[in-house]
Amino acid sequence: MLDKNGIAKRIAKEIKDGYYVNLGIGIPTLVANYIPENINVVLQSENGLLGMGPFPHAGEEDADLINAGKQTITMLPGSAIFDSAMSFGMIRSQKVDLTILGAMEVSEYGDIANWKIPGKLVKGMGGAMDLVASAKNIIVAMQQVNKAGESKLLRQCTLPLTGVRCIRKIVTELAVFEVDAENGGFHLLERAPGISVDEIRNATAGKFFAPVHVPEMDL
Amino acid sequence: MINKVVTDAGAAIAGITDGMTLMLGGFGLCGIPENCIREIVARGISGLTCISNNAGVDDFGIGLMLRKRQVKKMIASYVGENAEFERQLLTGELEVELVPQGTLATRCMAAGYGMPAIFTPAGVGTEVAEGKEVRNFGGKDYLMEMAFDADFAIVKAWKGDTAGNLVYRQTARNFNPVMAMAGKITIAEVEELVPVGALDPDHIHTPGIYVHRIFQGTNYEKRIEQRTVRGH
Repeated sequence: MLDKNGIAKRIAKEIKDGYYVNLGIGIPTLVANYIPENINVVLQSENGLLGMGPFPHAGEEDADLINAGKQTITMLPGSAIFDSAMSFGMIRSQKVDLTILGAMEVSEYGDIANWKIPGKLVKGMGGAMDLVASAKNIIVAMQQVNKAGESKLLRQCTLPLTGVRCIRKIVTELAVFEVDAENGGFHLLERAPGISVDEIRNATAGKFFAPVHVPEMDL
Repeated sequence: MINKVVTDAGAAIAGITDGMTLMLGGFGLCGIPENCIREIVARGISGLTCISNNAGVDDFGIGLMLRKRQVKKMIASYVGENAEFERQLLTGELEVELVPQGTLATRCMAAGYGMPAIFTPAGVGTEVAEGKEVRNFGGKDYLMEMAFDADFAIVKAWKGDTAGNLVYRQTARNFNPVMAMAGKITIAEVEELVPVGALDPDHIHTPGIYVHRIFQGTNYEKRIEQRTVRGH
């Protein structure tokens, strides 16, 4: 079973040379640590920055320079700053090649819920609704099973939706899936090292499809 | 040049009264108008509707206004850093409209560009779409979202001149330029007020025509919400 860093490492393999990438809060933020050094990738932070660099050295933090998770960051040479309207303009017009975000639930048709638990947790959607409604290429990074042992890959989402039929690819602690938004279903593409197809099937509440041979992830 | 300078935050917020709608710039605690918030808290103006991406934290930013029950309604995209906010929301003391972040920014922009509404795919098929007109363009559904209508916009810039031209610094820019354009009356507080002519016209982010009052703020705390540093 993969830990959070393992999920991030697997997702980093989806990033290609020349991509502009938006990383959400949580596991997606860790993906930045595994982007290969031999490709050129620009990270977009939706509060208004292209060219996000690593965290600053201690003593060099700047209150005016943060990412969308409100963490202090740095800028790489060639960075650009812009306002919030332009930031979502480039998201809406699909200039951002890849969006990686977390989820509480995903349905077999690619619906996603990640912003609200009624009566309990009200944090808001931030930029997630804008991202999932417009991005052409979205990868969800999530835990497949919650603390109570219940699958979060469902026939239908039970929580308020963030977006409808928008998720095509999911990476969890157990597997990589492709979602068939037309017919509904989680198609198993890869297994985490040492995890069997049956274990993954048992952790998937929605329609599940697996070919005869399912390769292990190449980490 | 028209002189937009007022002496301080007290003079800047003149005319803000109970029940008004305010836009407040900033993302998290980055680029928030600290001086004006402090003054609004000191005066106890209440029943306010606040449009801002976030609601501050418990003891800073808009959180200070929430703590004194000055906010009747909050329009924001993300409020996860504020326990008092969540408490007031869950008990029903505070009215809240959660808006997707891009929709929030673009509804400000529309106001500043003189457009009554925008169409965006954000929120289609979710509870955000309830009661809103849906239009299909090129096979894809879009929600009609209305431009905001705010009595005052209050923004924070890095530098500004006496004519109201503004320059922001790094990611403290965020919502400030679009909100500056959107208020019926726009107040700008700046870290450094400079004479007309000191700013390069090519480098101005917000032209002074959008700014009605400007002053140099004092005692900026510029608090960092999540201090993160590199490992060794």
